[in-house]
Amino acid sequence: MRLAEAWRVALDALRANRMRSLLTMLGVIIGVASVVVLVAIGTGTKQQVERQVEGLGSNLLLVVPGRIDVGTAPVVSPLDLKDVDAVSRVVGDPGRVAVTVASGATARAGARSDFTTVQGVLETTPQVFTRSLARGRYLTGADVDTSRRVAVLGASVARALFPDRDPLGQQVALAGVRFRVIGVFTPLGQSLGVDRDDEVHIPVTAAQRLWGTQRIDGIAVKAPDRERIDQLGERIVAELSRRHPDTEFSAVTQQQILGVLGDILGVLTGVLAAIAGISLLVGGVGVSNIMLVSVRERTREIGLRKAVGARPRDIGVQFLLEAVLLTSIGGLAGMALGVGTALLVEAVSPIPAAITWWSLALAFGVSAAVGIVFGVVPAQRAGRLDPVVALRAE
Amino acid sequence: MTGALPTGVPAIEAVDVSRTYELDGVSVPALRGVSLTIDPGEYVAVIGPSGSGKSTLMHLLGGLDRPSGGRLVIGGRDVTTLSAPELATLRNRTIGFVFQAFHLLPRTSAVDNVALPLVYRGIGARQRRDRAAAMLGRVGLGHRLDHRPNQLSGGEQQRVAIARALVTDPAVLLADEPTGNLDTGTGEAVLELLEQLNAESGVALVMVTHDQEVAARARRRIAVRDGLIRSDTFHDRPLSGGDGGPATLDPAPSAEPRSASGSGPGHPSGGSGGAAGATGRLPRTSGGPERAPGPRPDAETGSGGAG
Repeated sequence: MRLAEAWRVALDALRANRMRSLLTMLGVIIGVASVVVLVAIGTGTKQQVERQVEGLGSNLLLVVPGRIDVGTAPVVSPLDLKDVDAVSRVVGDPGRVAVTVASGATARAGARSDFTTVQGVLETTPQVFTRSLARGRYLTGADVDTSRRVAVLGASVARALFPDRDPLGQQVALAGVRFRVIGVFTPLGQSLGVDRDDEVHIPVTAAQRLWGTQRIDGIAVKAPDRERIDQLGERIVAELSRRHPDTEFSAVTQQQILGVLGDILGVLTGVLAAIAGISLLVGGVGVSNIMLVSVRERTREIGLRKAVGARPRDIGVQFLLEAVLLTSIGGLAGMALGVGTALLVEAVSPIPAAITWWSLALAFGVSAAVGIVFGVVPAQRAGRLDPVVALRAE
Repeated sequence: MTGALPTGVPAIEAVDVSRTYELDGVSVPALRGVSLTIDPGEYVAVIGPSGSGKSTLMHLLGGLDRPSGGRLVIGGRDVTTLSAPELATLRNRTIGFVFQAFHLLPRTSAVDNVALPLVYRGIGARQRRDRAAAMLGRVGLGHRLDHRPNQLSGGEQQRVAIARALVTDPAVLLADEPTGNLDTGTGEAVLELLEQLNAESGVALVMVTHDQEVAARARRRIAVRDGLIRSDTFHDRPLSGGDGGPATLDPAPSAEPRSASGSGPGHPSGGSGGAAGATGRLPRTSGGPERAPGPRPDAETGSGGAG
């Protein structure tokens, strides 16, 4: 029998049992669609995080006390502004050094309030991290030197506190102390479910006074070039270790952060895909089951086909193609459903989703393979049927 | 037309063929040494009660099954030496089956049902349809090509099955109780069609039946009982009267006994079977209008189909 003929026969058989074929395919459709969607979400999240880490600014070096690793406890920082001066001397350019001391605080404006993250920073922050303002101006060196009570609001905070008026020049109470709004950041969006616009920047000196501390949580350095970034990190860590012999310090680059995050998200994507793969497997078992039923139901047809000259192979191929067709059509439909769902998720929800060609190829390949694997046993059974017995079947 | 067979070669030759089934470790003999020869163009009735082994014999003669012992040659090929695929190809080229239950594929048009054996011969779709349509025309269903089995009467369905059996130009047409599911009138029409095709095309017609009346139409009758051939005889056709059947055409030896062992060239020379085989599909010379070669008029077929 020609292969084209076998395809036609298989397609006819599926058409003859439309409802059953559809329900059998449904298992494959759901399996493939979930693989595509979950991999798309995993990939989208990873890409988003990568974009954001890269968006922090190029050649960034983050210096923090303790060790940056998965599962290590945070360390109370021994750093203060004198350490920042020391780091600036190592770097050779104070304009490339930024700091943060952060704490959660309630921001109030009139009757409205918003719990947000207040960051004490230097005027260098917009140069070190790539941040831009939608309105007003950023902190100046004078603001920092004089501990002036001025604040730059993240887009979310500005929206929450001043939904219907211009925040510039307005008063904001942070932990009960009044600050004047001098600027509003352009929105950054979300990262791993965290609203990155939910923050308020104030001069680091004002922040320290607000919380009654000399502490600095971390230092960020924008290295002059990529080549010497690791070397610079080592020198900064050495200087800080000299000043604080009891504390371990880490200097990490964006590449290292990306590596760690990428590993975590890669594992996450893999786990999601595997879970979705299980449903695909279950769909395959359903195909196998239905094919066995189909072989039993069509025993007389098989007997007749054999009587008029079908070889065992012809019958086997016919049923195998039927199974492959079931899973392939199901796979294509599942891909369409998965792509559609992923696009919908990306469009209407904050969850990012990115469709990759390899996830589509993988999902379709696996579904076709499932058809072959789970179709072989029923097909062999059909091919080996004794025509005499088959013709007598009820 | 029976191109698969060289001239002079028997369509089927069985020598001391036995078939034993294993049921739960117990050997149950269904055939216990049967010898017979079917010549091209013959018209043979195999008769016997249920359980006699006639179905087993039919399966063996059709290459659906293989003997447990003895020698069975179909279309010049020893089936015991053939693999399953080779046996399938042999069935496709040499044998046409007509079953009591028709065995048409549901949801498949008459013409596609008839074309099915050609599918396994690797013939292209257009040629398949042409040949199947022509064959349906010959059985009087030229106007029913695209009807599905459930849109056809029982007699029409069996005609489709007959067309399917003959579309490959087989050497032997094996009919297993072809009228068993039909009423008397329809059955009569189907039998007449089978006999007509047998006479026209030179295909050997082997009809398995338990119906004495049906068997009496054949000029050669093989009686099977308890897995053995009890008799193998030639007859005139007393029951078919003067309708111009093969028996009245040739001066066939009447009731000539034939040994159960059916050895070698024991068939009567000049017998109708042998003659038809040798002359192929020569149209009959003495037939009435009903005997004209080619498609039967639709009107007659319609009445036959409606039964």
